[in-house]
Amino acid sequence: PSVCPGDTSVLAGLYGPAEAKISKELPDRAALEVLLRPKVGLPGVLERSREQLLRQTCEAVVLGVLHPRTAISLVLQVLSDAGSLLSCCLNAACMALLDAGLPLAALFCGVTCALQPDGTILLDPTARQEQDARAVLTFAIASSDRKVLMATTKGSCSVEEMQQCLAVSQRAADTIFQFYRDSVRRRYSK
Amino acid sequence: RTVEPLEYYRRFLKENCRPDGRELGEFRTTTVNIGKCSITTADGSALVKLGNTTVICGVKAELAAPAVDSANKGYIVPNVELPSLCAERFRSGPPGEEAQAASQFIADVIENSQMIVKEDLCIANGKLAWVLYCDIICLDYDGNLLDASVFALLAALKNVQLPLVTINEETGLSEVNLKQKNPLIIRKHPVATSFAIFDDTLLIVDPTAEEEDLATGTVTIVTDEDGKLCSVHKPGGSPLTGAKLQDCITRAITRHKEVKKLIDKVIKSITPE
Repeated sequence: PSVCPGDTSVLAGLYGPAEAKISKELPDRAALEVLLRPKVGLPGVLERSREQLLRQTCEAVVLGVLHPRTAISLVLQVLSDAGSLLSCCLNAACMALLDAGLPLAALFCGVTCALQPDGTILLDPTARQEQDARAVLTFAIASSDRKVLMATTKGSCSVEEMQQCLAVSQRAADTIFQFYRDSVRRRYSK
Repeated sequence: RTVEPLEYYRRFLKENCRPDGRELGEFRTTTVNIGKCSITTADGSALVKLGNTTVICGVKAELAAPAVDSANKGYIVPNVELPSLCAERFRSGPPGEEAQAASQFIADVIENSQMIVKEDLCIANGKLAWVLYCDIICLDYDGNLLDASVFALLAALKNVQLPLVTINEETGLSEVNLKQKNPLIIRKHPVATSFAIFDDTLLIVDPTAEEEDLATGTVTIVTDEDGKLCSVHKPGGSPLTGAKLQDCITRAITRHKEVKKLIDKVIKSITPE
C-alpha cells in the first residue's frame, strides 16, 4: 500500500514469511529485513540507518516466534519527499504488515514534530518547515498503550520541549490509528 | 550461562545487580588516552576504553575547496569502522548495517550539537576550507559502541591542532605555517549514554555485548553541557513510557558531568608538553 500525507509518498511491499537463506535464518524467530530505496540515487548511509530504525521497530511488534526460520522482507520505495519522510515510511510499513496479515503484538504509527525557533510545535512539517525548525523529532507510537517504540531527534532541544512533543505526538497518534481503521474497513467491506 | 543465558541474567536482575558485579545504574571504568601516545601521524587522536570496549579515533585535517552552495563552510566526515578483529559477528568486506548506522549517528550528533560549526573551518570564503576526516575504529567490541565512539571523537577533536593557513595575495596559493598551530574551536561537548531494556521493564546502563544480545531494546541519549538533548536514539525495541524516558534523560545528564570532568582532567595533564 502507498501512504501519502500531503505530498510525501512512500510505496511499501511486504514479502513473507518466506523461505530464508541458511546464512540469514534464525532458529527461533522470523528474520526481518527492510530495504529503503530513495527516490534518486543509490541507497547510502542515511538509508541504512533508517532501515535499522524501521527494522527494529517492526521486530518489536511482529510475533516472529510464530514463524521460525523464515524471512520477512519489507521493501519501501520513496515516490516523493515533501517532509516527514521517516514517519511516512513507518506508517507505510505498518499498513503493509496489516495488509499481509502477519501476526502483530500491536500497531504502530509514525509522527513527526518540528520545534520552531520561537517554541511552537508543528505536527507533520513540510520540508521547508523542517529546515527552518530548531529541532525535528520523530516518534513511533504503539497502539496498545501509546508507549514510545522508536524515537529519533535531529537538532537539539530541552528536555521539557521533548516531553511536550511526545505528548502532542501521542494525541496525534489517535487520528492516525483511526485512519488505519477506516482504510482497512474500506478495503474489506466489498 | 551458555545454555540458558536469559534465565541466568534474570536471576541476577531480580537481585538488582549484574553478573560482572555492577549495579544496574553503574558504568564500567572508563580510561582515555589522548594525543601523541595514540596515533602519531594523525592531527588529533584519542583511545577510549569503556570496560573492554576499545575505540580509537584519529582526525586528519586536509584542505579542500568548499561546496558551491555553502562557500563559507568546511566539512567534517565521520566514519565508523567495525573491523572483523573486534568481534566474531563482523565479517570483512563492505561496511555492515551497524557500522553505517553508527556513522550516520555520529554525523547527526556533530550536526545536532553544533560541536564544531562548519563556518569555523573555512579559511577563505569560496576558495579554501578544512576537511576533517574522523576515523573511528573499534578495536574490541564489548557492547556500548555509540557511547565510546562519541567520547573518542570528542577527545580526539579536543586534541587537534590546525596549522595556520594564509592565502598569499599575489600568487593566490595557500601557505601552510606548520610552526604556528591553533586548537580547534569546540563549542559544545556532547556525551552519549546508552541503556538496554530488558523484558519491557528493566533499564540497565552501559550494556556489555552479552547484555545487548539479550536485551529487548536499546536507548541512547546524547546531552550537552547545558542539559539540552542533542539526540534521542531509540531504534525500535520494547515500548517505553514517557516517564521511563525521562528517567534515562536525568541519568544521562549526571553521566555527562562525570565524563566532562574526566576529559578536562586528561587534557590538563597533557598540555604542559
